Amino acid sequence: MPDSPKLVNLTVDGKAVSAPVGTLLIEACKNAGIEVPSFCYYPNLSLQGACRMCLVRVEKMPKLQTACTTGITEGMVVATDTDEIRQARKSMVEMLLGNHPLDCPVCDAGGECELQDMTFSYGAAESKFIELKQHRDEQQWSPVVFFDRPRCILCYRCVRVCGEGMDVWALGVDNRAAVSTIVPNKQDHLECEECGMCIDICPVGALTSGAYRYKTRPWEMNHVGTTCTHCADGCKTTLGVRRSDTGMEIVRGDNRDKSGINGDFLCIKGRYAFDFANNEDRLTQPLVRKSGRLAPATWEEAFEVVGRRFKSILDREGGRAIGVIGSTRTTNEENYLLQKFARVVLGTNNIDHHRTADFPAFAAAVSQSQIPHPVAKDATRMGHPGVTASMRDVYNAPAILLIGNDPTEEHPLLAWQIRNNVRLHQAKLYVVNANPIKLRRQAAEYVQIPAQAYGEFASFLAGSGQDGRGRPSPHDPQASHQQWPAFRDKLRAEKDLVIIFGSEIVGNWVLDLAKFAANLPGAKLICLGDYANSRGAADMGLYPDLLPGYLPVSETGKFHGEWGTLPPSAGLSIPEMFDAARAGQLKALYVIGANPVGRLDIGPSTLKDTFVVVQDMFLTETAALADVVLPAANAYEKSGTFTNTCGDIQILKKAGDVATAKPDFEMIVRIADAIGFDVHKLVPFGHGMHADMGQSRGAQSGEADQHSVWLEANGLEPKMSPFDPMATLDEIQRLVPGYGVSRLELMAGNDQHTSISAMGPRKQQAPEQIAPAHNNLFSSGTLGRYSRALNSVIENKDPEPADGVPAD
Amino acid sequence: MPGEQEHISESRRDGTNYMHFSDQFESRFAEMLTHYPTKRSVLVPTLLYAQDETGFLSDEVITEIASRLELTELDVRNVISYYSMLTTKRRGKFNVQVCRNISCLLRGADELIEHCEKKLGIGHKGTTPDGIFSFEHVECIGACSWAPAAQVNYHFHENLTAEKMDKLLDEYRQRAR
Amino acid sequence: MASLVSHPDEVKVVSKRFGQGATNIDRYLELDGYKAVRKALGMQPDAIINEVKNSGLRGRGGAGFNTGLKWSFVPKTSAKPKYILCNGDESEPGTCKDRLIFEHDPHSVIEGAMIAGLAVGAQSAYIYIRGEYRYLLEIMQKAIADGYARGFFGKNIFGSGRDFEVFWHGGAGAYEVGEESALMESLEGKRGVPRIRPPFPAVVGLWGGPTVINNAETLASVPPIILGGAEWFANLGTPKNGGTRLFCLSGHVNKPGVYELPMGYNLKKMIYEVGGGIPNGRKLKAVVPGGSSCPLLTSDEIDVAMDFDTLMKAQSMLGSGGVVMVDDSTCMVKFALRIMKFYQHESCGWCIPCREGTDWLLKTLTRFHSGGGIKKDIDNIQYLSENMLGRTFCPLGDAAALPTISIVKKFRKEFEDHLEGRPCPFEKAGAARQLPVFA
Ligand SMILES: Cc1cc2nc3c(=O)[nH]c(=O)nc-3n(C[C@H](O)[C@H](O)[C@H](O)COP(=O)(O)O)c2cc1C
Ligand code: SF4
Ligand code: FES
Repeated sequence: MPDSPKLVNLTVDGKAVSAPVGTLLIEACKNAGIEVPSFCYYPNLSLQGACRMCLVRVEKMPKLQTACTTGITEGMVVATDTDEIRQARKSMVEMLLGNHPLDCPVCDAGGECELQDMTFSYGAAESKFIELKQHRDEQQWSPVVFFDRPRCILCYRCVRVCGEGMDVWALGVDNRAAVSTIVPNKQDHLECEECGMCIDICPVGALTSGAYRYKTRPWEMNHVGTTCTHCADGCKTTLGVRRSDTGMEIVRGDNRDKSGINGDFLCIKGRYAFDFANNEDRLTQPLVRKSGRLAPATWEEAFEVVGRRFKSILDREGGRAIGVIGSTRTTNEENYLLQKFARVVLGTNNIDHHRTADFPAFAAAVSQSQIPHPVAKDATRMGHPGVTASMRDVYNAPAILLIGNDPTEEHPLLAWQIRNNVRLHQAKLYVVNANPIKLRRQAAEYVQIPAQAYGEFASFLAGSGQDGRGRPSPHDPQASHQQWPAFRDKLRAEKDLVIIFGSEIVGNWVLDLAKFAANLPGAKLICLGDYANSRGAADMGLYPDLLPGYLPVSETGKFHGEWGTLPPSAGLSIPEMFDAARAGQLKALYVIGANPVGRLDIGPSTLKDTFVVVQDMFLTETAALADVVLPAANAYEKSGTFTNTCGDIQILKKAGDVATAKPDFEMIVRIADAIGFDVHKLVPFGHGMHADMGQSRGAQSGEADQHSVWLEANGLEPKMSPFDPMATLDEIQRLVPGYGVSRLELMAGNDQHTSISAMGPRKQQAPEQIAPAHNNLFSSGTLGRYSRALNSVIENKDPEPADGVPAD
Repeated sequence: MPGEQEHISESRRDGTNYMHFSDQFESRFAEMLTHYPTKRSVLVPTLLYAQDETGFLSDEVITEIASRLELTELDVRNVISYYSMLTTKRRGKFNVQVCRNISCLLRGADELIEHCEKKLGIGHKGTTPDGIFSFEHVECIGACSWAPAAQVNYHFHENLTAEKMDKLLDEYRQRAR
Repeated sequence: MASLVSHPDEVKVVSKRFGQGATNIDRYLELDGYKAVRKALGMQPDAIINEVKNSGLRGRGGAGFNTGLKWSFVPKTSAKPKYILCNGDESEPGTCKDRLIFEHDPHSVIEGAMIAGLAVGAQSAYIYIRGEYRYLLEIMQKAIADGYARGFFGKNIFGSGRDFEVFWHGGAGAYEVGEESALMESLEGKRGVPRIRPPFPAVVGLWGGPTVINNAETLASVPPIILGGAEWFANLGTPKNGGTRLFCLSGHVNKPGVYELPMGYNLKKMIYEVGGGIPNGRKLKAVVPGGSSCPLLTSDEIDVAMDFDTLMKAQSMLGSGGVVMVDDSTCMVKFALRIMKFYQHESCGWCIPCREGTDWLLKTLTRFHSGGGIKKDIDNIQYLSENMLGRTFCPLGDAAALPTISIVKKFRKEFEDHLEGRPCPFEKAGAARQLPVFA
């Protein structure tokens, strides 16, 4: 993209219009507020000229021209709305309707159909044709994709988005003439990534989703734009919600809001895997262990038991005897609150979470290595300035280095950004991997290295390889190291390189990459973690040795000022907690939205003398061993913020609601209260005023959230309710470096890049604690286990169910 | 499962040969590959030559050709279904194609078609139970000045009449024995 | 195979070697074969182009574009290789001339392609022959092999230091593939869906390289022009319509066959003198002057010179040289129906107006002809055709609409005679048996 593109001047409908050279007429018109209708034209997909809806009159041209294939030229004179043109468009619609079933009243697309809209605007309603329509039965192509052939208008959008956009190429066109039809790659079914992009992009109801079809009418839903709770990329997804007897039910996930970092994209999880929320196994009431068995209890009883037991353990043995395990799927506010709870209420640093990437090392590296902060020349192009790259940067960077990971499987949005940056902006992609990952197809250069050689490679880049050559690796069949020097030279020649690395790179190797980046102009880094808020959990200090912002517990600094005295020495990590439990030293374990017992395969005996409290949606292996289980709301049922793996923070808006679960935030506060702790010291809220601690859900369903939403809507600062996450966000923004983003932008649903490099002095941890989850396209830890959509796809792919317990 | 996505519509796109057609086919195929800057360019004639040998384009043949040309099977099927001479269904030993277009129409194509259908006892795109004949009426075959005309497999038969057609069909039936 | 005819008025330029055994390369050489290309090797590219331009040779494929002019659009220099592509997909109903050229004089097409190559700086030619013409493809394969055996093609042709490769290519049954951009797609191994233009083939064609696409007869006309000169060729025909043309007489005519007549030859003469008039004492009702894509002429519109410009004035087209005579025993509704069946069957299906338009016209005409017609159908047929015209992705839509519009206009009465369930007045057996729609 040139910095200042040359402008071309033309006249459209008597109006002077100017646009950069190379702009298509249809785009030039759109930018000038002149809508030229189209079916087959779709921005960023190849041109078709097939639907002929965009016909316009260009002076000196004998025939009407298609605006979607015509480039603008200086002095061009165009008419887009004459009788001739309206007639042309009307007849196109008439011809389409000729064989198009008029089952709009039951069609999923009814009310959201581009053909309906065109018919409306061109008045082609009365049918000239009396021939019989050719009916064909609907086909199911996969558990989630259905095709209704007569409805298809052959705009080929699905074919292109699947091929060009996804690089899957699973859809094609069979036959010719009137019997031409869209077909799946396996004759009667699809073998693909099940992303559902084809459904999203279909202008009519030809492609419909197994998850949504015939469920409801679009206008019966409310649409809530929030952030996906599956992988760590943080797609914006629009959830269609409808009243249900238990509250608000999510009936559809799609991508109608294209304003997110994901633009057009959503993967199968973002689109369909919201259904875990409606799984019948979901916990609907607190459980308390009585005479060895978990029995239903009231919320009051449950909180009372937890409070009492925690209090007595605190009094007898102090915080040391209690461990807290946080979640990679709870909000920043909840994670922050949880570690504050551990440190302030329980007075212990025994807090940890499932670490899927070495974010502390990353934080250490990007600040230690003094990377010059380039102020991006062209903000829109380069996205956020700084040493870490945002998800938007990945779509715009002129060059990308991908080391390790398989984004196609583990980071679908990242893969989409990379692919389409290469396709649309000719970005250069360099791939270094032990396996021939799919993205190598987009790579300008692909080096296959032995799985053991990642670290070696990182240090080599940093220039520490013997006299600049890669050390011959013991097990390197392809002797790939011989390619290394030339490869590094190419990289060194790249400007604004975005370096993306997976969990294969940890500890000092991260520092090596940062050093390498430091010497390249405008280079930025991305560290890949696995879950929706892994990055947030790390940033918020769910570490036994690190406070929020990766501040070592030894340097309590400003937190001390805010929270009072804090435990000075490092606490227990997850493995250490279980060791302590075995040794009978861990008297209580408080687990939120995590399943360590399942993941680490902990035997029941380990926790026999430990009082275990679990907040979760389901009775996981961990919950099954608990003494108290509290049913939790999921990320689609509360508000707050997530930070994706790139460090982009985004808002969560409450979409679904179940009367029988509480947000983790509220439960933490209630437990603190039950312990007898003055919650004002934990969450800032209405000092001196009546604080409605007595609230229970049901009638006041979603009170805390509704409250903050109301305040938000009225432009007031929250802080009225103890359950108001926004109040805690204030504290985060005040105390956690790099989180000082615009609240307004956040509320508006825009992603903003936090800067980890702004965070205080850091410490590195033992890399062996990093355990990537390796969720693939169709798995998503515990959520995946309870998603019917994902399971149906997996069973459909290979009947043998995968064994072993997925990580939380 | 890194790289697993490779399987998606990429099965066996490795450019190697699994099936063996006739030597003539193989040498022609090898030669054709040298005629074009892209492998794919040989697809259409190759499909027709393959069909000449196997009678129709079976799943096996499609997989084979997709593999040789490093295309997806979907790609190959999309192309096959576009061309009217290519078929994925078995035809009779002799495919009788009577032209139905204007020049032939004016010289009795419809009557000829009707005659064939009666004589063979099959309709458009039908195949006789003994598998000797299949029948279809086709668009202009470029015999307008010698209408009405038909092709049996690749052989032209022109200025046809019901009688001539009977003789013709009998000859072919003889040959089938 | 296809029998030859002749008539005193014929001027044999392209057909001069027909029946002379010129498929044999030695015979071809005896009959001035490969002289023109040798001569062209001594000419400047621009000189060749001008010669062809001035000869008034116009595309024989149907569009009738000045061939030399087309060649001149090819950029002098190009990063990608340039190509010559011979269009031998001959599928326009009523047309069977390229077939004779391939059958009797394959080398003349190759030689024409070589000269085209010298003119535009292309070093290879592809000769695309429709799949149904298998025996012609084999003749061409042999011709090419013979040429290579003689060292006429390949490196250093005729000791000129220039290289030129000649390749054959076979189709597999698709009329639309005759459309030049679809032809390139087909040659590249894809579905025969036309390309968005601009860019035009002369600039971006086969595999992205500049490509000249010419009909077989056009190319076969080139060597005589180089040998005989532009002036001689131009003078054979009428202004701006140089040379002769192979006219394929078919349908209701006494002496059907392919005759080579000068451009501008009078149609009436062609029918009654060359073609020997209408059989069985029937009267002429209509003529398809240049293949099924052209608007029909009625019996009192036939006193016209058969060249591109005159027929354009007569609101029809010279097209591809397929002259089809229709006598008064023919039902024009059925005729229109059969033409539409063809286009509905052959549409590539890419764009809405062509795909849906032809399908609806076919359905309506089928019902109409079998007696189910209602009054508004007649206007609908007209309306639909007019709304396809000039709005489709490639000219196939026009090719379907033009004859239909002309038939409804010129024979509206016959349509009215079919109304109110009346049996087709022309069918003894009442409604015509209907051929199934594309299956
Ligand atoms: C639908 C359609 C079918 C065509 N079929 C043929 C054909 O079979 N043979 C041919 O030479 N040209 C055919 N043409 C014309 C070609 O597009 C092209 O104009 C021609 O081959 C150029 O060669 P010429 O300039 O020598 O005529 C067709 C055009 C259209 C729109
Ligand atoms: S299925 Fe939908 S997107 Fe695909 S071609 Fe048909 S209408 Fe277009
Ligand atoms: S939008 Fe231009 S033809 Fe479809």
